[in-house]
Amino acid sequence: MTESRAPHFKEPLLKTPFHERTRALSEVDSFIPWAGYTTVDVFTNVEQEYFAIRNATTLYDLTPMVKYRVAGADALPYLNRLVTRDIAKLKPNRVAYCAWCNDAGHLIDDGTIFRLGESDYRLCTAERQLDWLLDSAIGFNVEISEVTEQIAALAVQGPTSCAVLKAAGLTGVDALKPFDIGYFELGGHRVTVSRTGFTGDLGYEVWMEPEAAGAIWDALMAAGRSRGIRAIGSQALNIARIEAGFLSPNVDFVSAEHTIRTGRDRSPLELGLSWLVDFNKGHFTGRRALLNEQARGAQRQLVGLDIAGNKPAHHALLYTDDSGRREIGAVTSAIWSPTCKRNIALAIVNAPHFRIGSTVWAEIYLNRELVWERRMSRAQVVERPFFAPERRRATPPGEF
Amino acid sequence: MAGAASPSRYDCVIIGGGHNGLVCAATLARAGQSVLVLEAANQVGGAALTREFAPGFRVSAGAHLLHLMPAQLLRELQLDAHGLEWAAQGMSTTALVPGGAPLVLGQPGGSAAGVSAADTQTYTVYCARMRRFAAALAPIFARTPPRLGTTDWADRWSMLKIGWQIRKLGRADMRELLRIGGMNVFDLLEENFESAALKGALGFDAVLGANFGPRSPGTVLTLLYRLAAESAAGTPGLSQPKGGMGALCDALAKAARAAGATIRTGTPVATIRVEADRACGVILESGESIGARRVVSSADPKTTFLRLLGPKHLDTGFVRRVNHIRSRGLCAKLHLALKQAPRFSGLSDSSLRGRLLLAPSLQYIEHAYNHAKYGEFSAAPTLEITVPTLNDPALAPPGQHVLSAIVQYVPYALKEGWQNGRQRLLDTVLDLLESCAPGLRASVVSAELLTPVDLEKEFQMTGGHWHHGDLAFDQFLMVRPVPGAAQYRTPLEGLFLCGAGCHPGGGVMGQAGRNAAHEVLKLSPASP
Repeated sequence: MTESRAPHFKEPLLKTPFHERTRALSEVDSFIPWAGYTTVDVFTNVEQEYFAIRNATTLYDLTPMVKYRVAGADALPYLNRLVTRDIAKLKPNRVAYCAWCNDAGHLIDDGTIFRLGESDYRLCTAERQLDWLLDSAIGFNVEISEVTEQIAALAVQGPTSCAVLKAAGLTGVDALKPFDIGYFELGGHRVTVSRTGFTGDLGYEVWMEPEAAGAIWDALMAAGRSRGIRAIGSQALNIARIEAGFLSPNVDFVSAEHTIRTGRDRSPLELGLSWLVDFNKGHFTGRRALLNEQARGAQRQLVGLDIAGNKPAHHALLYTDDSGRREIGAVTSAIWSPTCKRNIALAIVNAPHFRIGSTVWAEIYLNRELVWERRMSRAQVVERPFFAPERRRATPPGEF
Repeated sequence: MAGAASPSRYDCVIIGGGHNGLVCAATLARAGQSVLVLEAANQVGGAALTREFAPGFRVSAGAHLLHLMPAQLLRELQLDAHGLEWAAQGMSTTALVPGGAPLVLGQPGGSAAGVSAADTQTYTVYCARMRRFAAALAPIFARTPPRLGTTDWADRWSMLKIGWQIRKLGRADMRELLRIGGMNVFDLLEENFESAALKGALGFDAVLGANFGPRSPGTVLTLLYRLAAESAAGTPGLSQPKGGMGALCDALAKAARAAGATIRTGTPVATIRVEADRACGVILESGESIGARRVVSSADPKTTFLRLLGPKHLDTGFVRRVNHIRSRGLCAKLHLALKQAPRFSGLSDSSLRGRLLLAPSLQYIEHAYNHAKYGEFSAAPTLEITVPTLNDPALAPPGQHVLSAIVQYVPYALKEGWQNGRQRLLDTVLDLLESCAPGLRASVVSAELLTPVDLEKEFQMTGGHWHHGDLAFDQFLMVRPVPGAAQYRTPLEGLFLCGAGCHPGGGVMGQAGRNAAHEVLKLSPASP
């Protein structure tokens, strides 16, 4: 692949192996850069693409997701020292969502670890961080290599996704439980399928060699035609991920390796990821700092908000009451949820206002034909996720 | 040996029986702690030891001069009562000038014989000013460095005290200290003096044992640091213990044992034991496990954290910092067994008993350094030479002598490899010595050359760096060895550092061991 590539200054953004397909389907020519690749933001219309996630099957080009191979005799102790979760509990052919911190216990990134063999793991991350991974490897017998370009990936998500995969010839894919990994033939190529995703819905991620990308895209499109399959861009996915309550880096938190100002780092305890932190598994980076933080008690928390009205509270500051005198936090992600029919948001809220059931007030700015109006809307701290259908967990998945 | 049966669990196990480990052990034992010192070698001393290098010839195989150990520490531990005697004190420094008359430097900083009247005058002013600066900086040596960016009042108070020491110098001196503090020693000496030999000799002390040439940034600070350490020591300058540096450590060991400490030699530590995220003892290479409430390591920080403890017990950022400590030694050590005392051209007997420098100009030093930057050694290295047998004849068979020299700059990773390089370097240095002391080569009975790789192996110092890491602005005080371990405590509860890798650093000073012991003693006796 690399030898045929144009010089970087002529082609600053790379094309994924699916680019020919996605370019052909793009009707509004809306592309955005993602981790050095050009990717589709919107194909046709955000709403149509979003509703395909919740009602049919969608294809989303996941290739730019950064992937690292971690292998070697010390792969397990290495990963257990890197991330906050106990990876010893991760069985072969299983996936674990996890987070990792710097020494101060502040989140660097979250991602997924795939256990592909006895001591062969794949770490999928949002940001490139080979430097941190290599420094973490000092003293461990482990090999780390970036394999982003060597693996193409498609997210196949939506209630009919299992049926589509079966129609494409993936016999037995319905036996995969959430976070399982299976190996199949698709369009004449070997693929790895994991029951994972970023939509909070029934869905799978299909991993393949880049050379097979076109054939597999075509095979899935053909198999899904009768089940409403369509390609989606990042905007539609973002609505789904907020409904599912998932964090987005640089939106809901900034990696501790990138923050410049003090106090802008976030710990997993603050971000509602305490369930990922296992203090009993032995030492990991940030453990001592997190124990101290736990003893002190959280000063702020990432929470879900249910906000009055129908205007998304983008970037809204939060207050104790509608006078707007005492600021207690800010919204990080906000949407009108088309499925929940609720005005929802993710927000960072100071203690003690982050308790479930607390009332806070969001300051929403509305641009009405270039005249700005300010609205104080009552909001309630609610449980996440906002949307969690049974079908996302059911095994075998229902026939939709 | 202390008569008492060894306890099943010590208050403190100290890794390494060098001078810092022994000072720390003696200080802790005198405060009533049960202390065990574990030394890998078969004798105590670390890089401050005396050993035979040729049949009948003994030498201080690491450091060969004592000038930094505080007088207060020597008194506190009653080292004279434990057998420490002096072969020489207040030794002079003489600069050798190939083809010219040697230059005798006054002690300390009175006058320099053999230079112009202008230089003589400036020299007096320069020495007096540097002494004042050194005295202002001296108090930092006996203190635990403050942490930066904390709200802790003790840290702030400590910072204020450093600032106040400098402010107290008065406006003119403070301005001058701040002006020269960031300069290189080359420029400073060029500003002041005419004599190349004088500048070379004064600049030499700024770069001795450092990865710097005289033109490297920050070398005025390293010079001030050395002078401040001497000022803090308050001893009569360069000294030579009777029996070599090993005699000092033997006295320290006796003092520690007299206070109740146990010392075991020939017992290398394999790992530091960790239970429930705290250090709780050590496991020896023999497999024996020893329990302790606290483990204090005088090994260098890389050895302590990366080898004995292991990164798995530490955070990535901390390991990254430890891994980046600059600890490549640039000094070799030469030991010569001589049939007769060397005769340096034009050198008086009294000068020969002191310290001799071969660094005839700043350019000479800088050129010697240039080669080392590229993995080579210079054909004209700088030397610090002593002939210890003139003050202490017992170190050699009657009538015969020992020459001990520090050879700088010698890269750790020699491009041509030490297989060939060793003999070439030895020949280079012997030729150089021959040019200053005709007839010396013919009187050599035996020669030993320790490269940085040899020093690393013999003294178990990463990179063969005798300061356990460069003494430089970015590795001083609260960033020595790295933030998070600069107050002798480490991120692992129960594990302390007490070696030269900590503030105030290397040289045979003992202050790191003493400060660390006080830090351990600050913890309440009841704490686990």
